[in-house]
Amino acid sequence: MSSILFLSGKGGTGKTSLAGAFAVFTKEKVLVDCDVDAANLHLLLDPSIRAAGEFEGSKLAVKDDGSCIACRKCVDVCRFRAIDAELQIDPYLCEGCGACVYVCPVDAIKLSPRVSGRWMTAQTRLGPLASAELDPGEETSGKLVMHVKQKANELKAELELEKLVIDGAPGIGCPVIASVSGVDAVILVTEPTLSGLHDLERALGVVKHFHVPAFLVINKADLSLQLTERTRTFAAENGLPLLGEIPFDPAVTEAMVKGRSIVEEEACPAGDAMRSIFKRFEEAAVV
Amino acid sequence: MRITVASGKGGTGKTTVAVNLALSLSDQHPIRFLDCDVEEPNAHIFLKPHIDVRRPVEKLLPRVDGNLCTQCGTCAEACQFGAIAVLGETILVYDELCHGCGLCAMACPTGAILEEPHELGVVETGTARGFPFAQGILNVGEAMATPIIHQLKKDAESDGLVIIDAPPGTGCPTIAALKDSDLALLVTEPTPFGLHDLKAAVGVARTLGVPIAAIINRDGIGNDQVADYCREEGIPVLLRIPFDRGIASLYAEGKAIVDAMPSWRSWYQALYKQIEEVSS
Repeated sequence: MSSILFLSGKGGTGKTSLAGAFAVFTKEKVLVDCDVDAANLHLLLDPSIRAAGEFEGSKLAVKDDGSCIACRKCVDVCRFRAIDAELQIDPYLCEGCGACVYVCPVDAIKLSPRVSGRWMTAQTRLGPLASAELDPGEETSGKLVMHVKQKANELKAELELEKLVIDGAPGIGCPVIASVSGVDAVILVTEPTLSGLHDLERALGVVKHFHVPAFLVINKADLSLQLTERTRTFAAENGLPLLGEIPFDPAVTEAMVKGRSIVEEEACPAGDAMRSIFKRFEEAAVV
Repeated sequence: MRITVASGKGGTGKTTVAVNLALSLSDQHPIRFLDCDVEEPNAHIFLKPHIDVRRPVEKLLPRVDGNLCTQCGTCAEACQFGAIAVLGETILVYDELCHGCGLCAMACPTGAILEEPHELGVVETGTARGFPFAQGILNVGEAMATPIIHQLKKDAESDGLVIIDAPPGTGCPTIAALKDSDLALLVTEPTPFGLHDLKAAVGVARTLGVPIAAIINRDGIGNDQVADYCREEGIPVLLRIPFDRGIASLYAEGKAIVDAMPSWRSWYQALYKQIEEVSS
């Protein structure tokens, strides 16, 4: 399997910590951070930037008030309610579709490119990384995710590497869907809580929707034995192979504070569990 | 007043704070609860609402009438999202890329494009523990969460106290939830990931002009950098919730802290007093 993506549905279940461990174990890979809203993988990696650039993901309608004749056709046509009663365009509501430009009889509105974030490629302690950050208050995170994946594939070709290890976003919406398309396997990281189970079910739905093979890891499994048991049952009933369980271990946070993956530190219960999860994944991936 | 509980990083405790704040205030103030995390709505697990009304949220998708279409390509040229393409004699519509703006239908010179509604998700309204409750749910496989959040906020307009549980991140769903709020209550954890994503969330709230206060959850793990950052930035830290296996197991089972440990109620009531001061 040449590209693996970590997803969870619910946030904070440990996607990035496990992706960091896989970054240590996997050979010949490019690391990719597709959680462009809250990219954290680089915090474990000491990156030094190779290349970076701005990303223009969408457009913004801009009106010239001098030539506007206040006919209000733009207000009527906008389905995103982005133009208010005073005929001002709200950049947070405007999706850049251009319907207002089309109906304006005096060409007072134009679509202008907007910078919505930045991408970067970096060399890190654990290999090359492609990552991105969305600018505060900007949209189009799905498009930025596609862009990061494209940069990662370019890097993989240039450096003649074989694999992509991809950290994904929480949720099931646009950035997640953009990250799932084209990957060979998804590892779903969950936690033993009712919320974790509820969100896992929806995340698995998205992964199945795109016909990508999925595997499960239960993190902090000892925090609720009852919910861990329910999650195991859910996995068995849904044909979701369980790669392993990771106990709650303060050492994970301690390693994070040092900017390292837990598996680079001294042996500990969580690190050992991640090691055996990687082994099981490799065995499963060969089949 | 509209209080939006948000965070950059996921899993920091937004739903815990929103639910416990609501339960601690509901016998003193008329409140309304909105779960705007429509990708993964979880507040219902803790509040067990009774839902009265379910309303679908739709977008309009173009459907091309092959008899009228001349394959002129005007629609594909007009579409800013690459959602419609001419391939020989067929027109391909990529439903998941379409934003439902209607431009292709307007631009088509032969009137060959009609639009039909497509369900993105639902808005559910009802009551929970004696107060009005509403949540949005994005259908699995759909990408666009914001129309559901906009509809949810519109359906639940209120002059009273509104507590909003926001989605994680800094992208469009977070903006849709946070916009026009009187306070962004940012829940974080004292770790490098927590700090990095708190900074991103602060950036979003400041861009939107929403006042900010912070809550540090799982206090005691990690380091002091989050507290130092808040001090430097003049962001008041209104509550610290210790890391505690008891709290974690209540959360696991979908139980609210203030129900199982009533002493927490006064902490959340004190939190609200501070919120009133910060936002005034």
